[in-house]
Amino acid sequence: MIAIPMFLILLYAFTKEGNSVTRFAFSLVNFKRFLTDTVFLEVLYRSLRIAIETTVICILLGYPAAYYIAKSSETLKMRWVLLITLPTWINMLVRTYAWTGILQDDGIINSILGFFHFAPVKFMYTDFAVILGMVYNFLPFMIIQIYTSLTKMDVSLLEAAADLGANRRMSFLKVTLPLSMPGIISGITLVFLPAVSSFFIPRMLGGGNYVMVGTLIESQFLTAGDWNFGSAVSLVMAVIIMISMYITKKVDKGEQLEGGVK
Amino acid sequence: MKKQKRPFGTAFMTFIIIFFYAPILYTIIFSFNESKSLTTFTGFSLKWYEKMFNNNTMMEAMFYTIIVAVIATIVSTFVGTITAIGLSKSGKVVKNVVEQVNQLPIMNPEIVTAIGLLMLFSAIHLEKGLFTMLLAHIMFCIPYVILSIMPKLRSLNPNIAEAAMDLGATPWQALVKVIVPQVMPGIISGALIAFTMSFDDFVISYFVTGNGVSNISILVYTEARRINPSINALSTVIVLIITVTLTFANVIPAIKERRQSKKIYD
Repeated sequence: MIAIPMFLILLYAFTKEGNSVTRFAFSLVNFKRFLTDTVFLEVLYRSLRIAIETTVICILLGYPAAYYIAKSSETLKMRWVLLITLPTWINMLVRTYAWTGILQDDGIINSILGFFHFAPVKFMYTDFAVILGMVYNFLPFMIIQIYTSLTKMDVSLLEAAADLGANRRMSFLKVTLPLSMPGIISGITLVFLPAVSSFFIPRMLGGGNYVMVGTLIESQFLTAGDWNFGSAVSLVMAVIIMISMYITKKVDKGEQLEGGVK
Repeated sequence: MKKQKRPFGTAFMTFIIIFFYAPILYTIIFSFNESKSLTTFTGFSLKWYEKMFNNNTMMEAMFYTIIVAVIATIVSTFVGTITAIGLSKSGKVVKNVVEQVNQLPIMNPEIVTAIGLLMLFSAIHLEKGLFTMLLAHIMFCIPYVILSIMPKLRSLNPNIAEAAMDLGATPWQALVKVIVPQVMPGIISGALIAFTMSFDDFVISYFVTGNGVSNISILVYTEARRINPSINALSTVIVLIITVTLTFANVIPAIKERRQSKKIYD
């Protein structure tokens, strides 16, 4: 009874190891190429910038939404959560594709703008379209994470803050916000990680010439056929993601400690 | 609870909901459009649905998606359950190592897992196709199954299985009749996660599949480069299936509960 799962675990662990063996079996040339070529560095910079902007927008939109839901009555809460999570069940490709029709040069937004005699705006194949697509796909994760941490909060803490003379703004800044920090952090993880590595959103909304780290890896593997360079790029990306996750966790812990000292 | 009027908040939430649902509605509406245009609605027609059902690649992709999701769910749930139960019985070191390994595909960006699998398949000379897609799906579903069963196992009393064996049950009976029923909620939620992950997967499938085999996601990705309202029709069908499934999943337990509580009161 124990032998079978053990064998499966071995097999399972071993296949993973197999991956990393093939991944690590090359020289440093590929890393050098990635880290010295300005074109690739630009790609890296753009990916990070887009991912950070997406994450910030998700926090700015997601926090008020989560706060609103958390303050609703119990039955309404369930309905809101269902409404927010329902779209995430629908295939991301399908949802991203929906935006292409809306944002086209002759799409519905430009038709409306044209009706009011505004000059048409180019949406497709811009940073705006890519960030919009990412926010659209990842915002529900942020809302749900923050909402969960807000509902876990002890309401009596707010009453205590009010008793101690804090006004609503003060108690929000000093009590609610710090206590919902874990939710924001896990929300950041769920938004930043897919955003920095995404490749179909920039491909569909950014067009063929819009290169991000994800699309670079894809083209190296599926069209250029340079697997070694592709692996190096993905390894760099994985390291960057790990570092940023580590920093967010550290920041979170630091703030908690600070709160404890006060 | 006191009722607060929050006009600003309500307006904001309306905006968020419109943001979430407008593109989906837009896709549904234009799937019934008579012309090929994605901007002007010229008249109601079902011709894109007709085209979709007559399109072999689309039907094939749908078939592959469903078949892969079903098989991957069954296999990964089975393997994941056994692994999780085995893990709960093994030593600390093994447990920690496997749990860490288990985290890798979840924490890693999908694209990294995808190229890892692609390299593995080519290293063992497996030809890209339906079989590799199925294997990859089973592999990336297992960690989620394990993760959803582990907490249930942890809260399980270890003496129960021993008690069963003391009472004459074979180890297999103890497993099937005692442990599995106790962790059933975890297994079911693991299977549900596995199914939806597999059904929706694009990145990993896209990398490990070839030779003309594609699932719905790959099809949408490759077809979306040119205007093709059949994609809208396909999207509408997917939205419909998912909405109906979710409604059933939410409504049926509620009805059952109501019936049961009725029985008690009768």
